[in-house]
Amino acid sequence: MQRILAIWFPHLLAEGMIRRRPHLKALPFVLAAPDRGRMRVTAASIPALSKGIYPGMAVADGRALVAGLTVMNAEPGQSQQLLTALGYWCIRYTPTVAVDGSDGLLLNISGCAHLWGGEVPYASTIQNRLKAFGYTTRFAIAGTVGAAWALARYAKQPVVLAPSGEERAALCSLPPAALRLEPATIERLQKLGLTTIGHFMDRGRSILRRRFGVGLLDRLDEALGWKAEPLQPLQPVEPFQLRLPCLEPIVTRSGIEIALEQLLDMLCQRLAKEGKGLRKAVLNAYRVDGEVQSIEIGTHLASCQLRHLFKLFELKIDRIEPALGIELFILEATQVEKARFSQEALWHPTSLQDARLAELLDQLAGKLGQGVVRRYLPAEHYWPERSFTTAKDLAEQPATHWQKDRPRPVRLLRHPEPVEVAAPIPDYPPMHFRHKGQLHTIKKADGPERIEAEWWIQEGEHRDYYVVEDETGARFWLFRLGHYSGDQAHQWYLHGFFA
Amino acid sequence: MNQVTDDIRTRLQQDIWRMQGQRPAKDLLAGKVALGPILEAFPHKVFPTGAVHECITKSAASTAATTGFVAGILSGLMYNSGPCVWISPAPLLFPPGFCSFGVEPDRLLFVQVTNEKERCWAMETCLQMEGLSAVVSELPDLSFTSSRRLQLAVEKTGVTGFILRPGVGSPQATACTGRWQITPLASYHPNGMPGVGFPCWNVELQKIRGGKPGTWQLLWMDGRFQERPAASVLPSQTRWRKIG
Repeated sequence: MQRILAIWFPHLLAEGMIRRRPHLKALPFVLAAPDRGRMRVTAASIPALSKGIYPGMAVADGRALVAGLTVMNAEPGQSQQLLTALGYWCIRYTPTVAVDGSDGLLLNISGCAHLWGGEVPYASTIQNRLKAFGYTTRFAIAGTVGAAWALARYAKQPVVLAPSGEERAALCSLPPAALRLEPATIERLQKLGLTTIGHFMDRGRSILRRRFGVGLLDRLDEALGWKAEPLQPLQPVEPFQLRLPCLEPIVTRSGIEIALEQLLDMLCQRLAKEGKGLRKAVLNAYRVDGEVQSIEIGTHLASCQLRHLFKLFELKIDRIEPALGIELFILEATQVEKARFSQEALWHPTSLQDARLAELLDQLAGKLGQGVVRRYLPAEHYWPERSFTTAKDLAEQPATHWQKDRPRPVRLLRHPEPVEVAAPIPDYPPMHFRHKGQLHTIKKADGPERIEAEWWIQEGEHRDYYVVEDETGARFWLFRLGHYSGDQAHQWYLHGFFA
Repeated sequence: MNQVTDDIRTRLQQDIWRMQGQRPAKDLLAGKVALGPILEAFPHKVFPTGAVHECITKSAASTAATTGFVAGILSGLMYNSGPCVWISPAPLLFPPGFCSFGVEPDRLLFVQVTNEKERCWAMETCLQMEGLSAVVSELPDLSFTSSRRLQLAVEKTGVTGFILRPGVGSPQATACTGRWQITPLASYHPNGMPGVGFPCWNVELQKIRGGKPGTWQLLWMDGRFQERPAASVLPSQTRWRKIG
């Protein structure tokens, strides 16, 4: 049975302004925006409202009513901004929070309230917290969005609890406006003397449709729970998300570790049951002062091993600043994959698909940063810098063979370094070359091996590579850039070292 | 009488080796690393796996020679065994170059870390994992304490560790099992053909626990280490010849 909590902020904009500028609290002030050439009131503080100013009034009239009325410019979109922030704050009470129009929030609290000891303490906890922020609120909990919305705005009491299935009785005495109808429909209902919902609720559906349009019936059905009305949550709920609210704010490392272990235990059990493994996970810690701290881990192979995942998080726990304390932990598996439970590793010791190896690499990547561990596969290019690519994961197999028929150095400079050479004849290897001030006399040489810059990837001249050995036995990979032409000097480069 | 003394001596020697953290001969994967003439220098005449070896290099060319020499050893260690992790500060290794030393480059895992302390941590973490065949790391400033930690890690798991120490002049004492210095030698071609031949190195085993240090001239040919033929056999290469 779903339970919806509607929160209505009757003075959202004015109280939001007071929160930012506390000295305005006792003053009559209005927020105004230009409208068809006049300044009109969009929101007014409680002292101003009590003196007869109402939203929609011209500012000039307001000034006539109240001497020394403070007028401030309303910022467009301010109410959405405030509601979104309040909505995110409310996520500590339930995962599904939606912004409702310009003055309210809708929370799906199904299965949440018992954690606070029932709906009454649950609602009063939230209301008191919001009151401490300076917001006047009206609450209603009902079985449908429509009923909760109506009761929050049109019921007499500040907190209304309507049991599910009894929306009908609760709505009976409310005015038609509580059904979120078009202004024209409300006017027509009023003209006909239908001043409460109860007056027309039981009339024939065909009559209502003919007289007031299909909109009225839809709204009525939604309020009574005959038609589904989904919420648009601020934060989509992750399918693998676990929450751990804390009775006392947590400030110590061991406290965080205990919380993390509990959450991981639950998550791993669930993953194991569904035959899945985790690739990425985030731990969010909601602090008492409203800040959210989060740490993230990633794995190389889908894993649901509690000990391993805990170890990965453990490396990052010191990045959480508990400050005054953490009141809620949310563990979210953001990327989940089907676990490959293969026994291959048992039979082939050379296999890379070993869970222990993946765990080791996760540990390295967790501490040293993602992307420090690389595995290379051959690529079909002769250009040395492009002759290998980074493998996506441990399971990827080479798509082609490693090139073994040409001499290749074991160490390659990241950028070829220019060297000064003396070459006797065109297309001959040099007699000696100077690198970093040291002269190497060449005793043996092989080459040239011409490698073209692949024009479809990169413009540039070809390289003529020579394997050379100097008088000490050191072996180098030199190349000359471009064609030999008699009139200009050629640049030679050192590119690598042979073993 | 003489027989009895020899037995006692052998047993005592084995006790000492065990106390020093070395495995008894039957545990060693005998014959996996064929180092040719150098095997005579090791205890039990088998390359000590499950130990940490340090290699000192003084120039870029000798670092490359050491890389090749270690790759040659790795080809033996990785045969029918787990992958190898190579930890380096910069991406200077060229994976396709390892093919010529019998190593499949896609079974090497390269870890690139700039900070030396983190490299040391990474090496220790890798050495603690059974199933890897070897871990290579570049740690120029290796202290005695860290080398001791690495040695303790390999004693538990039996993974072989190699530490490349480029640019170290006079190294301090470390807890490593062996200390090597490899410098390149003029290449060798069996038929005296022109051009650059098979790589040769001067391998100096400066220190080996329980063995006899020495110097050898090695040649990597036909996928294995061999003793380099004496210099007199090599044809002289004084005259310039047309090649290519």
